[in-house]
Amino acid sequence: MTLRQSDIDAEVSAIREAYAKARAGGAPAAHHPPRDYAPYRSSVLRHPEQPLFAVTASNAPEAVELTGPVFGPADVTEFDSDLTRQHTGEPLGERITVSGRLLDSHGRPVRGQLIEVWQANASGRYPHRRDQHQAPLDPNFTGAGRMLTSETDGSYSFTTIRPGAYPWRNHENAWRPAHIHFSLFGTAFTQRLITQMYFPGDPLFAYDPILQSVTDDAARARLVAAYDHSLSRPEFSLGYRWDIVLDGPSATWIEEGR
Amino acid sequence: MTQLPTPSHTVGPFYGYALPFEGGGDMAPPGHPSAITLHGCVYDGAGAPVPDALIEFWQGDGTPGSLHRNGVDFTGFGRVATDGAGHWTVHTLAPKAPYISVCVFARGLTHHLFTRAYVNHGPDALLDALAADRRETLLARQGSDRAYRFDIRLQGEGETVFLEFR
Repeated sequence: MTLRQSDIDAEVSAIREAYAKARAGGAPAAHHPPRDYAPYRSSVLRHPEQPLFAVTASNAPEAVELTGPVFGPADVTEFDSDLTRQHTGEPLGERITVSGRLLDSHGRPVRGQLIEVWQANASGRYPHRRDQHQAPLDPNFTGAGRMLTSETDGSYSFTTIRPGAYPWRNHENAWRPAHIHFSLFGTAFTQRLITQMYFPGDPLFAYDPILQSVTDDAARARLVAAYDHSLSRPEFSLGYRWDIVLDGPSATWIEEGR
Repeated sequence: MTQLPTPSHTVGPFYGYALPFEGGGDMAPPGHPSAITLHGCVYDGAGAPVPDALIEFWQGDGTPGSLHRNGVDFTGFGRVATDGAGHWTVHTLAPKAPYISVCVFARGLTHHLFTRAYVNHGPDALLDALAADRRETLLARQGSDRAYRFDIRLQGEGETVFLEFR
């Protein structure tokens, strides 16, 4: 039986209604997607069924995870943050910059830490052997970058091209909204985060079970960058702003909490 | 001021040209006489290998950790992708803590999972708090030649104990 968009939409709605009811009953907001989210079919066999074991600063003050890797200049080059300059020619597409700050849950900047990004090209194609989408590769665009956040305010900025939407096989006529993958480290391994940034106003948002896996409306909105005209550069690029906030306890939190 | 966190998303299927890096599984420098091998497979709830998982390792042990391998120094951070059979391997040094911290990412996994590979099975607050069959899933089993096996089962029978840090 063909799995249609309307089938996925019905499942998404049912989960959303259950969440609204739980919230009305006093349940806390869910900032992350549930790992068991059937509308995203690949999650069905890949989520644990047992509850997670809670490790707290009080039952494991020496936990290795309260520290984390600290990356440095040997890990990045100055060319890694401009994805339009990694080949001899100019990539096809709309040149953009994505800028923002990396913060911890107390709003403090995460300084000098590694951010990695990867994305499809302007046609919606990844240079990956498993990507079979019939859209052209761009010899002038690979779509992978990395940089360290600033030592002063935790800011970052990538120059790239706006990625295209692309089809996938979750269900019939499934399309991913344009997005950039982000990988982030905090000061503790517990703060590790991999996520995706979206572009404002994309009409595909409502149809995408990956974005909709974040059931909380406000949380989902935090995955969408803002167009910021002050970040656009004349005759060159359009500017987007996206701040990232890491979850999870860290050793510095414990020290300062004493 | 408290800030609400940015939600997690799956790593997806196409990270392969971006996240794995040269020597990602070589936390110990080549030829280190005390190096150990930690390896295993990732399985889904049907018992099928997961060929597109990304596994990270953190043990610190006095190193800052890095992506770059200089060929001389041990580094406490590793990252490897599973192969077509769901298998992964890292070469490292025995950790000072009884365990190496492990973080699992995969297509289909909306939010990463933390676990621990215990190479030392002695008394430990976390291990001791688990039922025997659950505890078993965190024990890296020593085979021959300083090699430890640590399989990760995402769901179902023998499901690995995954951790949540609060």
